Amino acid sequence: MPEPRQNPHFDDPAHSAVAATGAGGATDLAMSEGETLERDPSVVFGGRVPDGREGTGPSAKPRSLWSDAWCDLRRNPVFIVSALVILFLILISLWPSLIASGNPHSCDLAKAQQGSQPGHPFGFNGQGCDVYTRTVYGARASVTVGVCATLGVALLGSVLGGLAGFFGGAWDAALSRLTDIFFGIPVVLGGLVLLSVITSSTVWPVVGFMVLLGWPQISRIARGSVITAKQNDYVQAARALGASSSRMLLRHIAPNAVAPVIVVATIALGTYISLEATLSFLGVGLKPPTVSWGIDISSASPYVRNAPHMLLWPAGALAITVLAFIMLGDAVRDALDPKLR
Amino acid sequence: MGRYVIRRLLQMIPVFLGATLLIFLMVNVMGDPIAGLCGERRCDPATAAQLRKEFGLDMPVWQQYLTYMGNVFTGDFGTAFNGQQVTELMGEAFPVTIRLTLVAIVFEIVIGIVLGVVTGLRRGRPVDSGVLLLTLVVISVPTFVTGLLLQLLLGYKWDVIDPSVSTDARLDELIVPGLVLASVSLAYVTRLTRTSIAENTRADYVRTAKAKGLPRSRVIRRHLLRNSLIPVVTFIGTDIGALMGGAIVTERIFNIHGVGYQLYQGILRQNTQTVVGFVSVLVIVFLVANLLVDLLYAVLDPRIRYA
Repeated sequence: MPEPRQNPHFDDPAHSAVAATGAGGATDLAMSEGETLERDPSVVFGGRVPDGREGTGPSAKPRSLWSDAWCDLRRNPVFIVSALVILFLILISLWPSLIASGNPHSCDLAKAQQGSQPGHPFGFNGQGCDVYTRTVYGARASVTVGVCATLGVALLGSVLGGLAGFFGGAWDAALSRLTDIFFGIPVVLGGLVLLSVITSSTVWPVVGFMVLLGWPQISRIARGSVITAKQNDYVQAARALGASSSRMLLRHIAPNAVAPVIVVATIALGTYISLEATLSFLGVGLKPPTVSWGIDISSASPYVRNAPHMLLWPAGALAITVLAFIMLGDAVRDALDPKLR
Repeated sequence: MGRYVIRRLLQMIPVFLGATLLIFLMVNVMGDPIAGLCGERRCDPATAAQLRKEFGLDMPVWQQYLTYMGNVFTGDFGTAFNGQQVTELMGEAFPVTIRLTLVAIVFEIVIGIVLGVVTGLRRGRPVDSGVLLLTLVVISVPTFVTGLLLQLLLGYKWDVIDPSVSTDARLDELIVPGLVLASVSLAYVTRLTRTSIAENTRADYVRTAKAKGLPRSRVIRRHLLRNSLIPVVTFIGTDIGALMGGAIVTERIFNIHGVGYQLYQGILRQNTQTVVGFVSVLVIVFLVANLLVDLLYAVLDPRIRYA
C-alpha cells in the first residue's frame, strides 16, 4: 500500500541532503560530494549569489548540512528581513514599554472610535483605548502562544513519532491510528468545543489545546524521517558494533532526521499565531483582560463601516507577524532542501 | 482493488469511533447540558434531577456514549435545543455548506492549478516571484481578516455584493464567501502545483515527448499535468473535510446559516446532540474523501495498483 499522505516535500529531499552531508558518521567522500553540489542561482527567490568557496574541492574544510544551510541563510535577503522582524517582535513582546509609553487598559470613552491624532497615531478603539498601545502590547500574547505551542508540538510530536518509527510494531500501528483520529477532527471546531468551557484568561489553555491537536502532524513527519534514517548504512554499522538503541537514536538517527521537523515546525509557528487569533475572534481563545490582536479585531468588526482603522491596525500587525514566521520557515526549507541547489 | 477498499473501510471504523468519542468527551467536559435547558436562570434541583434521569445523564459517560451511538446507527441523532430534530437541522444546514464548499473547491481547482502551472513553467521569472509572494501574503493573512476586509470593501465601500447572505444562500451570493473560504488553500494549491510542475519539467518523459515532436500544449496537458497533479489531488481531497469544518469562520462573517452556524449555536446552548451529531457527519465526510482520493491515485497513475 502506498503511503499517500506523507508530505511530498519533506520526506525524501531533506533525507538525501542529510545523507550526503550529514554530520554524524559520514565519510570524507560524502562530505566532498556535498560540497560540490551544483547551485543554480536563478531558481532561488531573491537571487542568491553562488559563494566563492564553492568547488574548492575536498581539500577545503568540509561543511556539515547545518553550516552549509547557515551560509545560505546569511546571504538570503528573505531570511534577513524576516529574522529582523521576528527579533523586533520578540523585543516588543518582552518590553512593550520601549516603544509604547501608554497603558493598554487606560481608556477614555469620550474618544471612542476617533481617528488618528497627535500622540495617538492609530486612533482610538470602541472603548476609547489607544489602538497603537494595544497593538504593541498585543504582540506578547501572539508570540507567546506561537512559540510555546510550537515547542510543545515539536517536542511531543517528534518524541512520539520518532519512537514509533524507530521501534515499529504494534505501538507504531496504534500511534498511526491515533494520529488518524486527531486528523479527522477539524481544528477550529475542536477549539470551539474544548475551549468554550474554559474561563481562565491566561494563554495556557490555548497553548495546551494547540499541542493536543497539533502533535500528530509533527509526529507523522518525524516518524517518516526516522524510518528513512534508520535504514542508512551508518545506522546498520552502529548496530553491528553493538550500539544501544538509545545511542543509535540520539547520536546517529536524531541529527539526521531532525531537519524536516524543524522546517515544518517553523512554518507551523505562523499558522498557530493565526489560529490563536481566529479562536479569539470566535470568542473562545484568549479572554478580554489579555490584550490580543484577535480580541481587538473581533471587537472592532461590528464597527468596521464607521471606524475601519480599529480593525486594520491590529489585522496588519497580525498579518506581518504570520508572514515573517512563514517566510522564515520558507527560507529555512530552501536552505535545507538540496533539490533547489 | 476490492480487498483494498474493504480493508480501508475496516480501518475507518476505529478512526470514526475514536474521533466521535473524543468529541463526545470534550462536549461532556464542556458543561452541564441541563443548565443549558433552563436558560438564564438556575435550575430547580428537583427538576434538574428529573431531567437528568429522563435524558439518561445519570449514567456513566461510556454508557451514554454507547446509547448515543446506538441511536445514531438507527438514524436518530437526538433533539436540538429548540426541540427540532438534529437530522432536520442537518437537512437545512448541510446543503448550504456543501454549496459553499463546492464554490471554494472550484476556485481552488481553477485558479490554483492555473496559477501553479503558469508559475511552474516560468520558474524564476518575475511572474513566478510575484505570484509566490502573493501566495505568501494570502497564507499569512488569517481567513477572518480576509473575510472582513472583502466584506468592508465589496459590501460597504463599493457596494458590489450584499454584505450578508440570505437564508436560501443562492450560488451567486456564495461567490465571495467561497473565495474567502478557499483563499488559504488556494495559495497552497498554487505552491504545490508549482513545485510539482517545476520538478517534472526536467523529467525524462517530458524530454522524450518533446523529442517526438509533440506540440507543447499536448506535452503539458497529457504528459506533464497528469504526472504533476497527483500531490495536488491529495491535497484537495484532504482539504474537503477541512473546508467544511473551517467554514464556521466564513459563515460567521457573512451570516450564512450553514453547518458552522448550527454548530456555533449548539456550542453556545451546550447542546451535546447537535454538536456531536454534526461533528460525526463531518468526520465521515473527511474519511470518505480521503478514501476516494486514494482510489483516484490508481486512475491518475496507472503504475499504482492496489493489491
